[in-house]
Amino acid sequence: MTDIPENDVPLARVDWNSPEQSARLKKRYRTEKIFKSLAVLSLATAIAALMVVMVSIFTTGISGFTETRIELDVTLDANVVGDIANMSRPELETHIASINVNNILVRSLQAKFPDVTKRADVFALLRLFSVGAQSDIRKVILDDPTLVGQTVPISLLAGSDVDMLMKGNISREVEQADRKITDQQLAWVDQFNEEGKVEQGINWTFFTSGDSREPELAGIWSATVGSFLTLLVTFLISFPVGVGSAIYLEEFAPKNRFTDLIEININNLAAVPSIIFGLLGLAIFINFIELPRSAPLVGGLTLALMTLPTIIITARAAIKAVPPSIKEAAIGLGASHMQTVFHHVLPLSMPGILTGSIIGMAQALGETAPLLMIGMVAFIVDTPGGILEASTALPVQVYLWADSPERGFLEKTSAAIMVLLAFLIIMNGLAIWLRQKFEKKW
Amino acid sequence: MYKKPTTALIGIGMIGLSMVSTAEARDQIRIVGSSTVFPFSTAVAEEFGRSTAFKTPVVESTGSGGGLKLFCAGVGEGHPDITNASRAIKSSEIDLCAQNGVNEIIEVKVGYDGIVLANSKEAPQLNFKLRDIWLALAKDVVVNGEIMANPYKNWNEINPALPNKKIEVLGPPPTSGTRDAFAELALEGGCQAFPEILAIEEEDGDRYTALCHTIREDGAYIEAGENDNLIVGKLQANPDAVGVFGYSFLEENSDVIQGSIVEGSLPTFENIADKVYKVSRSLFFYVKKAHVGVVPGIREYLREFLSDKAMGDFGYLAEKGLIPLPSDELAKVRNTAENLIPLKK
Repeated sequence: MTDIPENDVPLARVDWNSPEQSARLKKRYRTEKIFKSLAVLSLATAIAALMVVMVSIFTTGISGFTETRIELDVTLDANVVGDIANMSRPELETHIASINVNNILVRSLQAKFPDVTKRADVFALLRLFSVGAQSDIRKVILDDPTLVGQTVPISLLAGSDVDMLMKGNISREVEQADRKITDQQLAWVDQFNEEGKVEQGINWTFFTSGDSREPELAGIWSATVGSFLTLLVTFLISFPVGVGSAIYLEEFAPKNRFTDLIEININNLAAVPSIIFGLLGLAIFINFIELPRSAPLVGGLTLALMTLPTIIITARAAIKAVPPSIKEAAIGLGASHMQTVFHHVLPLSMPGILTGSIIGMAQALGETAPLLMIGMVAFIVDTPGGILEASTALPVQVYLWADSPERGFLEKTSAAIMVLLAFLIIMNGLAIWLRQKFEKKW
Repeated sequence: MYKKPTTALIGIGMIGLSMVSTAEARDQIRIVGSSTVFPFSTAVAEEFGRSTAFKTPVVESTGSGGGLKLFCAGVGEGHPDITNASRAIKSSEIDLCAQNGVNEIIEVKVGYDGIVLANSKEAPQLNFKLRDIWLALAKDVVVNGEIMANPYKNWNEINPALPNKKIEVLGPPPTSGTRDAFAELALEGGCQAFPEILAIEEEDGDRYTALCHTIREDGAYIEAGENDNLIVGKLQANPDAVGVFGYSFLEENSDVIQGSIVEGSLPTFENIADKVYKVSRSLFFYVKKAHVGVVPGIREYLREFLSDKAMGDFGYLAEKGLIPLPSDELAKVRNTAENLIPLKK
């Protein structure tokens, strides 16, 4: 090994310890270090940016999950409520809905603040409470009709301005003209506060109600149901069609120019901006087939078009990853091509397909742009009962609230973003779990 | 075994189709249109849903132009009943409506909206003339009698009374109705102060409009998107910047930003209502008469919108920042709405 044939040009012996070699070595190490530190730096920048977004959403949003309530001794005047002693439950419900609760509230407030007599002052006092306070009183009467005629302490939902004040989002320092709450109202709130009547609690309304123009009454339930219905349609359409196309293209289709063209088109479609799918949905489903606007059916169909390429591409990759030996063994034992695919290849590739589909669904959940075109950006209070009723979706709710002037919607926007993020994390987590649990290594 | 999912799918598809074909008569009002009227329209819709036995109307925010296009597309369940607009209907739109069989349209004027210029409370309050606004923001301006590309960089170059600060205005993009109104009311109002421009108006109307309405694109005017909350946030962060947006956002954020004086008057509730403040526009909605009585609740919705509870001095719309009509005008509008008097062509 050491003796070199004489004819050959002897290799120059390299002195690895020479200064010039060690300089070269240093240079190589340096470039590697620079590359590594650049990578770490860019990663750190990305994480820092993400943290800034998360922290700002979290700090503004967390108070969106709480609400302010003021306890007030409410006199349930029998003259206003009427005779409800012998009513059946359904009768009671319709009757209570028609009671002039405003009257009860005003009188109870005047009993507490006897010196407030002017009309404008009564209005100002009433404004400390939300419109939702009326349903609080109604609920108390409905729960226990025997309370009528008595004076009971009821915890009433405060108006958004009081809520903002208690959460420190309205400054007391500025002049009266510059804030939404007057000095007089401030004094009343302080009085309630000193008496220990003001409390903060979890805002269940946020999870159980639909949209509202009053920030303290606005909730995400109808948007969540809308998102669910939309995604259901999307899944029912895009999953079978997507997986079917992937199987056909991967296992059955001949390889020729035409299928190449289809493949290029699918890859292209995956990169098309989502608003284009919205325009397509508008043209086909609403203008041509004349399906109703704002319906989860149309939203789901549109999003299905958008998700299809993602599902086809991931499903094809998963099918391709199944080793040929499995197929060959099945065929060798006399299974038809169809049986091979459906009995062996498809079950084995399912974890990969499901992962891809869930990621596609998560993408569809966060999509707003296509829904703009088909009328799902709308003010909807009632929870949709089916795929043909007008509905909205979670990201659209975020978009609508972000655009509202009321200060109270700032925290609601961030709170809704947090809920949306939670759903996305759950879906992506599920995808990772599925992959780790069921994926086979060959 | 593997046929099952397919049959189930076909089943679902057929159920879906049958639901479509047998869709019942619509019992819910559908409203589309301007994003400026949206907060008021939705407030009324919510109260209407809460206080009557009717379903809460669905309100879509599509912009004035988009709303009128949908509105004029035809009569029937698939088309909206009402469209909101932050400008009056154009004659071309009335023609489009008529082509599609929408012949009787009821116009309801609901109030005014001021477009304000505002800056952070940390900076001094600004005092503009309309001509200052045009000189600061137009693409081409008049300098010493000649029309040239806008050379101004700082406010005090336009008007020595204004601060020596860079011109930096955050405003809505061209797709916004607020931008159209701003161009029409503030910019055009300002450019009419120049005799050179007025001379052009007589010769060449198109060139006049282009000169008056085109906003500079060299970075002094920053399109801040449709989201006015974003502009408010940016103004707080940058005290030298000036923002352009609707009055309700100023009212809601009056602890951190201040409105600028335009032509000697502040954008206050009273000044806009009395039409002393120049940059304000009317808000409308349009009702399809053919749908009244077919879709339940339209009449009641109109009554709710025009009631004292909503439009009065202490009404909930005033609280949301709508500047209501003066009482004589309101009486006229109420009469139109109650008797469903359509627009005359």
